[in-house]
Amino acid sequence: MRLSTKHLLGIRDLASSDIQLILDTATQFKEVLQRPVKKVPSLRDITIVNLFYENSTRTRISFELAEKRLSADTINFTASGSSVSKGETLLDTVNNILSMKVDMVVMRHSASGAPHFLAKHIPAAIVNAGDGINEHPTQALLDAFSIREKLGSLEGKKVAIIGDIMHSRVALSNLYLLKKMGAEVMVAGPPTLIPTYMKEAFDVQVEYNVEKALAWCDVANVLRIQLERQNQVLFSSLREYNLAYGLKKDMLAKLDKEIYVMHPGPINRGVELDSDVADSGQSIILQQVENGVAVRMAVLYLLAGREMTAQS
Amino acid sequence: MKTILTSTQLAITIKRLAHQILENCPDPANTCLIGIQPRGIRLSNRLIQEIRAIQPRTAMKYGVLDITFYRDDVRSELKVANQTDIPFSIENRKVILVDDVLYTGRTIRAALDALMDFGRPAQVELCVLIDRRFSRELPIQPDYTGKSIDSIVTQKVQVSWTENSEKDEVILF
Repeated sequence: MRLSTKHLLGIRDLASSDIQLILDTATQFKEVLQRPVKKVPSLRDITIVNLFYENSTRTRISFELAEKRLSADTINFTASGSSVSKGETLLDTVNNILSMKVDMVVMRHSASGAPHFLAKHIPAAIVNAGDGINEHPTQALLDAFSIREKLGSLEGKKVAIIGDIMHSRVALSNLYLLKKMGAEVMVAGPPTLIPTYMKEAFDVQVEYNVEKALAWCDVANVLRIQLERQNQVLFSSLREYNLAYGLKKDMLAKLDKEIYVMHPGPINRGVELDSDVADSGQSIILQQVENGVAVRMAVLYLLAGREMTAQS
Repeated sequence: MKTILTSTQLAITIKRLAHQILENCPDPANTCLIGIQPRGIRLSNRLIQEIRAIQPRTAMKYGVLDITFYRDDVRSELKVANQTDIPFSIENRKVILVDDVLYTGRTIRAALDALMDFGRPAQVELCVLIDRRFSRELPIQPDYTGKSIDSIVTQKVQVSWTENSEKDEVILF
């Protein structure tokens, strides 16, 4: 058993059997993380560089922990404070790091397609940790893992993705993954933040009323309003966004069923999620973070296994 | 193709192994049986059944261990990981590892490494159904053996159980 791909650039390139393999392997890694010694020696001959050209808390720590728990050697690179400010190109930077015998690259970049560009030019395996407004595959995988853990499977489950669909790489990766795994998907939010091609491109339902979306779904994946990616006024104010599209406690209380609420973090409290929802029993946000380490271990483990076989 | 153990012989052998384990086990409450995934657990499931049949109130604990992430050949052959379930502490307990075929000894090496990540057992023993003699690559020997056989590298030992095949048997081909 191995992945059909050498890199994890996006969910778009994965077969559903790849996704299944990653999620099944992650289940076993989750058990490893409950042991007294939360560590296995699988990748002790592998060196991984974490290249972060864009800010991150969760993803960077999660990847670093995943690498350490697989016994890989890790180096962390952040663009600020490096020679990037002296004008070194992305390819030069990476080639310099790789010449010091690094086997895998985990990268986040604000330009969509940056990891795809690197994959064409360097021999190392690349894991996309978020590129611009394109994809964030490990987030979608950990979301899927968390849903599967709560609901047993993805097939036929109703997932509503709520918020800024247009600028969200989490939304795009989730859409690809959920459709590949046979879930039903609805996107919801303000019309200005949902591209008009959504329905044709992904065969998903589009809803502009958040309460209706909540009444339909089993799981609500609420996205962050990305203030850094809004260069035009797509809604009038954060306050108004919260009033029209934010999740509030009474909305959940009104439903005749209990749905799970997810969020990729960091939360804008009082904007897309009210605090009493984010901290409620229906929120599985911290479990998503916990699952993230196991899912990333699975991705790195499966890619590293593939990488070395290709060489020998 | 040669049958090493028929279904009747296999049943007798498992009974004998269960008796030997109990004979050598003065303190069942502080002993645990751990089957190695994926193929060892069919044997360990039968063994614990036998042990519980002989001593219905035995306090011997039972778990299963997957060693995929501890293998020394992860780069040449990626195997699908299986479930690990050890719902008790192995600290200061006697552990009896169970696998179906002992060949190079590398699986047991990995299992010992994996086991140590769960705690510090008082003692570790090894129980195997088939011991392929003179083919070890590491200094590992079984404490309880179903049957020892002489075989060459090109031969394969296949252990079938009714759970995944039509009958219980061990064949060499």
